[in-house]
Amino acid sequence: MIEALAAIGRLFLGFLRAIGQLTVFTANAISHCAQPPYYLRAIGQQMVTIGYYSLPVVGLTAVFTGMVLALQIFEGSSRFNAESAVATIVVIGITRELGPVLAGLMVAGRVGAAMAAEIGTMRVTEQIDALTTLSTDPFKYLIAPRVIAATIMLPLLVFVADIIGVFGGYIIGTSKLGFNPATYLRNTADFLETIDVVTGLVKAAAFGFIVALMGCYNGYFSKGGAQGVGAATTNAVVSASILILAADYVITEAFFSK
Amino acid sequence: MSDPREPKVSFRDVHIAFGAKKVLQGINLDVMPGESVVVIGGSGTGKSVMLKCMLGLLNPSQGSIKIAGQEIVGISDRAREPILRKFGMLFQYAALFDSLPVWENVAFGLTQAKGVSRVAARPIAIRKLAQVGLGADVADLSPSELSGGMKKRVGLARAIATDPEVILFDEPTTGLDPIMGDVINDLIVDCVKSLGATAVSITHDMASARKIGDRVAMLHQGKIVWQGPAKTIETCDNPYVQQFIHGRAEGPIKMEVRPE
Repeated sequence: MIEALAAIGRLFLGFLRAIGQLTVFTANAISHCAQPPYYLRAIGQQMVTIGYYSLPVVGLTAVFTGMVLALQIFEGSSRFNAESAVATIVVIGITRELGPVLAGLMVAGRVGAAMAAEIGTMRVTEQIDALTTLSTDPFKYLIAPRVIAATIMLPLLVFVADIIGVFGGYIIGTSKLGFNPATYLRNTADFLETIDVVTGLVKAAAFGFIVALMGCYNGYFSKGGAQGVGAATTNAVVSASILILAADYVITEAFFSK
Repeated sequence: MSDPREPKVSFRDVHIAFGAKKVLQGINLDVMPGESVVVIGGSGTGKSVMLKCMLGLLNPSQGSIKIAGQEIVGISDRAREPILRKFGMLFQYAALFDSLPVWENVAFGLTQAKGVSRVAARPIAIRKLAQVGLGADVADLSPSELSGGMKKRVGLARAIATDPEVILFDEPTTGLDPIMGDVINDLIVDCVKSLGATAVSITHDMASARKIGDRVAMLHQGKIVWQGPAKTIETCDNPYVQQFIHGRAEGPIKMEVRPE
């Protein structure tokens, strides 16, 4: 009985320790992002890795999502003769919700995992210790550039994904569902409000921060060789994905609750 | 100008534990300027922990470590930064940055910590590579294209690139064949002497310890159990040292077959 309670206690203490560690890591990361000096070269490299190289995967996700969304909404709305809303719902769905969330999840899988693997390998091969001995703060050199780059690049990626997603809906709407191209575009533009795009971009910035933070955090504290790096990579993707979905709700609630 | 009689590195009653496992249990050791001290001891006796404490990568729970008279235990990261600039370190497996070519690895301390431009740093890096016997053709290779011995040489070039006052060597010959190990030992001796640096090395390779050390200290169960001139190590009557240097299974050192 006591052993069982002790095990629960250990688990709880471990959980509290992890929360504390993550909180301190986040505060450190934010403080290093806010204070110069900045490694502009490293930030630039990360912006290319996170933004440019994620374009194909995010673009493909967006175009198929837009296509599926148009089909589904047409199918659903035809039940109460509201087919004309397809273009509007596609654009709002993409900009507010699906663009940022799907881009965030795809980038978590692609970039968050790579960050955790790279930093984790640097940890287990003593490269992070080597940075310290060369008077270079690992937070400044490794963490801050990734967090800054992801927070800037995700909104840009999502903006492009929004356009591609709407284009996906347009292709299906005009080629398969019989919409007039001009009408489809007018319906898309007329009912779209600035707040729809802004909330999506704010979400994207938050998701970028989460992806980089979880990738760096899990990599930074990885231990135990190849197995530890593997676990860090998995944890980075899983934790970033869950936090993205939770943050999505919180930001939506903050913007649209009355 | 620092006092030549003042130790460059000084450990006083340094303790550190990881959970219930006490790793360092009252280390006392002085390393004088220009001296090369080798710390020997079996695996898991706390040799690497000693080095990490010197660099501030680990914080002792008790005791004092002074670098050129300056206390480093308990100081802030910001206060530690100028002290770290006095150090160069060769890691056990070189710890080269995979994402950078060889010359940028060597020049890292110059470009990042000392603000030297990349254009000015490259010839310095190539000169340092030449000092460890590597040609300029290696400069643009990636660390993954190098052999183990070459990685160690690049690691050594990186360690000496900023002309440090104190150089730390963590198992410098581990993973190398005896000939390459001897080459690295010679390079270490040359580099340390030409810089006039103070050196602290940890190893369990006795050939390396004899070659690079002016003085040897033996670490066992978290304490220095013997220290003396390297040339007296064969003749000393310390049973721990004798068992260790002759690699005998019988003696006062009992190998742990499982962690405590």
